[in-house]
Amino acid sequence: MSFSWAKPYEPKSAMMKWLDERLPLPRVVYGAVGGGYPVPRNLNMWWNFGVLAGIFLTIQIVTGIVLAMWYYATADGAFGSVEHLMRDVNAGWLIRYAHMNGASFFFIVTYIHIFRGLYYGSYKAPRELVWMLGLVIYLLMMATAFMGYVLPWGQMSYWGAQVITGFFSAFPLVGEPIRQWLLGGYAPDQAALTRFFSLHYLLPFIIAAVVILHIWALHIPGSGNPTGVDVKDEKDTLPFHPFYTAKDGWFAAAVLTAYAIVTYFAPNYLGHPDNYIQANPLATPAHIVPEWYFWPFYAILKSFTVDFILEAKLWGVLAMFGSILLLFFLPWLDKSPVRSGSYRPLFRVFFVLLILDVIILGWAGGFSPTPVRVAVGQLATAYYFLHFLVILPLVSSFETPLPLPKSITDSVLHGEAAEAAPAGQKPRRGAVATA
Amino acid sequence: MATKARSAEGSHNAGVDGVRRRDFLNVAAVSFAGVGAVAALAPLIVQMSPPADVLALASTEVDISKIQPGQGIKVSWRKQPVFVRNLTPKEIAEANKVDASALRDPQTLAERTKPGHANWLVTMGVCTHLGCVPLGIGEGENRGPYGGYFCPCHGSAYDTAGRIRSGPAPLNLQVPEYKFTAPTKLEIG
Repeated sequence: MSFSWAKPYEPKSAMMKWLDERLPLPRVVYGAVGGGYPVPRNLNMWWNFGVLAGIFLTIQIVTGIVLAMWYYATADGAFGSVEHLMRDVNAGWLIRYAHMNGASFFFIVTYIHIFRGLYYGSYKAPRELVWMLGLVIYLLMMATAFMGYVLPWGQMSYWGAQVITGFFSAFPLVGEPIRQWLLGGYAPDQAALTRFFSLHYLLPFIIAAVVILHIWALHIPGSGNPTGVDVKDEKDTLPFHPFYTAKDGWFAAAVLTAYAIVTYFAPNYLGHPDNYIQANPLATPAHIVPEWYFWPFYAILKSFTVDFILEAKLWGVLAMFGSILLLFFLPWLDKSPVRSGSYRPLFRVFFVLLILDVIILGWAGGFSPTPVRVAVGQLATAYYFLHFLVILPLVSSFETPLPLPKSITDSVLHGEAAEAAPAGQKPRRGAVATA
Repeated sequence: MATKARSAEGSHNAGVDGVRRRDFLNVAAVSFAGVGAVAALAPLIVQMSPPADVLALASTEVDISKIQPGQGIKVSWRKQPVFVRNLTPKEIAEANKVDASALRDPQTLAERTKPGHANWLVTMGVCTHLGCVPLGIGEGENRGPYGGYFCPCHGSAYDTAGRIRSGPAPLNLQVPEYKFTAPTKLEIG
């Protein structure tokens, strides 16, 4: 698809030839994830996480379809149907825990995938649309995860629905009517539960469709690589199959092992015990928090405590949405022509600070708001916006990047050509040692 | 690619049949993944079987003291109808008159009832053809040409021992497992 040396699909049997002439689906697969997709030869482990995100999307869809076979989307029956699934249905406990922890792992691998993109400049030309479609997937994931968390109708589910839909009430005049429209009532109840269930079932398929666009847009320029240097010729690439199917395969096995360990031995570690109490519209739990993957955003929301022109509540909501929306402008905020953080000494320092900042935001968002924690959260929130809106543009204009390798192949072969030369002879010009 | 790899390792690893170390690794890796995939599939399949709460509905108790000769009742067991019928002496005689060995599903009335309770015919109210509920247990319902039960779906007719006599059904109405816990009490299941 992307390079002139990409091998075209050649059907091996008469039947595949017959099929290829009528419906070239095997050709599309071969060109997308088979031997017909040339990939830079120097990808490191951080490039495994896109495939892993696809694996976890599949796991969520498969286990979710099973859960929907046993779930009742009624305010009276939802909580009981989940307990019934856990206690009475064959392997029901396993399937529900797999879905619960599958959501967490989906976010873990997606966050690593996003930070990979941030470090290696994957959002830069010509991959801006790949990045933006990825952000669309991420927003859809957040909506899906939130609505899925409401479905068991425990205390955290219910109050999560109340708080999150409450974001909309921050907007003046239209806010409260919008909130009531979203819920189909004054508070979360049957109407809200049924529509959340319907949308929670729908959105993963929309995500899958956007994933296809994401991969399509990626395969036009081809995958990036840790040097950020463009592919120059065939020596710089390897066919996706068998090289990256094998690499993704073993890495998937490793991550799925971690997933299995959590699912079997600590299935509720990432959840909250209060969600095993049935929803009670008349009593809020003493301490409510969203799932861990929303904590940094929750900290941003909580950081605005003083009215300033607008109400503090509205500032919090705007900042929280803004923290994600500004990522859409990242390709234009970071003007450095060098993609990879490995060749940008100053950028790399600020990248590490950004990771620490997001971790601090998570800590500030995940625990009860003490004065110190709120103050730290406010500083971290300020730094988050400072990083993207001020530091990144400045760094890209003042930084002196390190010299880039001449080619991907050059960066991979650290003098092996010389080492491989016969004793006493200089390596031939342009000689490349075969791996 | 295969030829290149072979020339690199071939002299050491390829046996006379040309099998390489890499072939073994490929087969081992794919087999391991295959076993894992099947293991992951198992819970998705077993979850479809009846859950524990459904299996717990396995037995039900029936009070038969109010059923007069010639009458019957319909009770629910495992969400399916069970017919409990108090046969009249005339119906018992009709059932015994038939040569059981000539029937489609040869069984005598005695084989289908409990010793000492020959008048109590307990059968599933589920036609053995395709699962409809036959008529004949309620007052005034069509009992068909043999005076037992008649299935309105496809016209299977059962006699007073609940045996198939005409129509498409292959077997007699099934007799569920049951026992008398008292002269007027049944436990089905």
